Amino acid sequence: MSDEYEYQHQVEELEQKSATAARLFDVRRIIGGLFVIYGIIVTIAGFTASDADLKKAQNININLWTGLSMLVVGLLFLLWMWRRPAIAPEPAPEPPPGPARPEDEAA
Amino acid sequence: MHYLAEGLRLPTNALDYTILILYFAVVLGVGFAARRSVKTSLDFFLSGRSLPAWVTGLAFVAANLGALEILGMAANGAQYGVYTVHWYWVGAIPAMVFLGLVMMPFYYGSKVRSVPEFLLHRYGQSSHLLSSVIFSVASVLIAGVNLYAMAIVVEALLGWPQWVAIVVAGLFVLAYITLGGLSSAIYNEVLQFFVILAALIPLTVVGLKRVGGWGGLKDSLESSHGPDFTSAWGGTGIGSANPLGANWLTIVLGLGFCLSFGYWTTNFAEVQRALSAKNLSAAQRTPLIAAFPKMFIPLIVVVPGLIALVLEPGIGSEKSGLQYNDAIPLLMRDLLPNGVLGLAVTGLLAAFMAGMAANVSAFNTVFTNDIWGAYIRKDRPDEYYLLTGRVVTAIGVLFGMGTAFIASSFSNIMNYLQTLFSFFNVPLFCVFIIGMFWKRATAAAGFWGLLSGTVAAMINYFWFYKQGVIAIPSDQGANFVSAIVAFVVGGVVMGGVSLFTTPKPVESLAGLVYGTTSPGMAEPPAAGDEAWYRKPALLGWGAIILAALCYVPFSL
Repeated sequence: MSDEYEYQHQVEELEQKSATAARLFDVRRIIGGLFVIYGIIVTIAGFTASDADLKKAQNININLWTGLSMLVVGLLFLLWMWRRPAIAPEPAPEPPPGPARPEDEAA
Repeated sequence: MHYLAEGLRLPTNALDYTILILYFAVVLGVGFAARRSVKTSLDFFLSGRSLPAWVTGLAFVAANLGALEILGMAANGAQYGVYTVHWYWVGAIPAMVFLGLVMMPFYYGSKVRSVPEFLLHRYGQSSHLLSSVIFSVASVLIAGVNLYAMAIVVEALLGWPQWVAIVVAGLFVLAYITLGGLSSAIYNEVLQFFVILAALIPLTVVGLKRVGGWGGLKDSLESSHGPDFTSAWGGTGIGSANPLGANWLTIVLGLGFCLSFGYWTTNFAEVQRALSAKNLSAAQRTPLIAAFPKMFIPLIVVVPGLIALVLEPGIGSEKSGLQYNDAIPLLMRDLLPNGVLGLAVTGLLAAFMAGMAANVSAFNTVFTNDIWGAYIRKDRPDEYYLLTGRVVTAIGVLFGMGTAFIASSFSNIMNYLQTLFSFFNVPLFCVFIIGMFWKRATAAAGFWGLLSGTVAAMINYFWFYKQGVIAIPSDQGANFVSAIVAFVVGGVVMGGVSLFTTPKPVESLAGLVYGTTSPGMAEPPAAGDEAWYRKPALLGWGAIILAALCYVPFSL
């Protein structure tokens, strides 16, 4: 194989060594956590809404509705993460030595 | 560049600031937590090519949903009416589907790490260097423009001095990208996507109630601006006048084909998200998954623009002191109580930071791999390039902050620069598409096609249009026409140059041109990818059909 494809081997080797798949945390925890906290804060603001707040938002208790919706979205993310946890891939086997590289794509 | 009017100061209180500070803390936390996953340069620049499709898909749409886009499209809604939906349905969805179905196998399958790197392998060094340099300069300047725009908005809404906003937001972006690389940029984009929804949906709901629902909104706009204002295609016949200054042909060819395909398929800040996906199927699905939320964003961006026009009919005129860009801040001030108001401010700031971070994370990748590593310091160990990437990130952000400070005195120049760089994507797309489908296109053709197309668009815009040689009613209309000119000139020059120069040997094009695959590139499908809802073709055509259906209620 010519030099033209050298960079592809470099990328493949880096993919083997890459730590992202094994060590990066699950973003669903962040979205879920932040939305639950925001949901609680904004829902409380909805329960304690003043008449002026209600009037400003066209008589919709917008804090209450937004807060509850965010709480639900946050809990759904946490539930999804709990039901379907991300599976860290198994460490790739060391490629056997020798000039003929097998395809180590499956990593 | 816009200047927000005085008197847009929001009545924020401690509750709102709690929400805002919480967000900044989480953003930084994501950076620190992502840091331990960065072991190689591939982790830093492309998240190790290992992210799931839904994450890259949402980051793909969020990288485009910066605050400039949100404020700008709401402004277009107030100025041009329902025509603004063209930027979404004809001006984004087809290009995103094309990227996923047709182009992604070449991008992802050839294992390139950036859009310019594809040019290196398909054409050669001259076009590679040209596009890498222009992209790097443009990203830093655009990041600076973003930062400056944010400083103006924050000053108007919260009363912070401009330099405070520039320094705080700049340093936060610098910190979380230097720590966690692309992973932390992408994770924060996904988070920003949901926060911006949580900010804009309540705004739209309360706004619609205020103007009497969609029916009430439509009636008021039709009585004040005529029936075409609430229709997508009314008044776009060739020769008929409309506020957009464009007809159906320039909308479909200029916006829908040239500008949109140029932006979505060759802008590395977007494509990078797809290249970080864990396999080819996930990479293909990235823009396809993004297409579905993109389709419905006008409901929470353009509709608030229309509502603002009903509430403040004078918006955009000298007399009112309000600009079209003030549409969303105006509604925030008038309609949102504390709490949701804090969310809206947070969403807006998050969108500014994400818009800047997308440019910075694309810039560090292109500069490190395609300029520094390819021409200045070759063949160093991987740790060297990882460190370089971190240093380049910091330098890029600092330059962006410098640009933001300079922009305050030269805002007109910044406007021109943005227009200018927007012209570079169209010939780039022309060079890509011809290179992917025509084996005969030569290295010289790639370079000259890129250069001539860009110059042609600039001549058309700055000379023919600005000097009044040809009559086009508006800047937007002129943009569409310039894009068509860039594409045609670039294509013709490529064809001509190719006929007189020697093509690259066919063996060196494997995996880069349609109908070929790289040696040993056949990737086994991952488990679960055979599920029907993960089929790229179904997702892609589904998005096209749905976008076409979206037009129906606005075309009858």
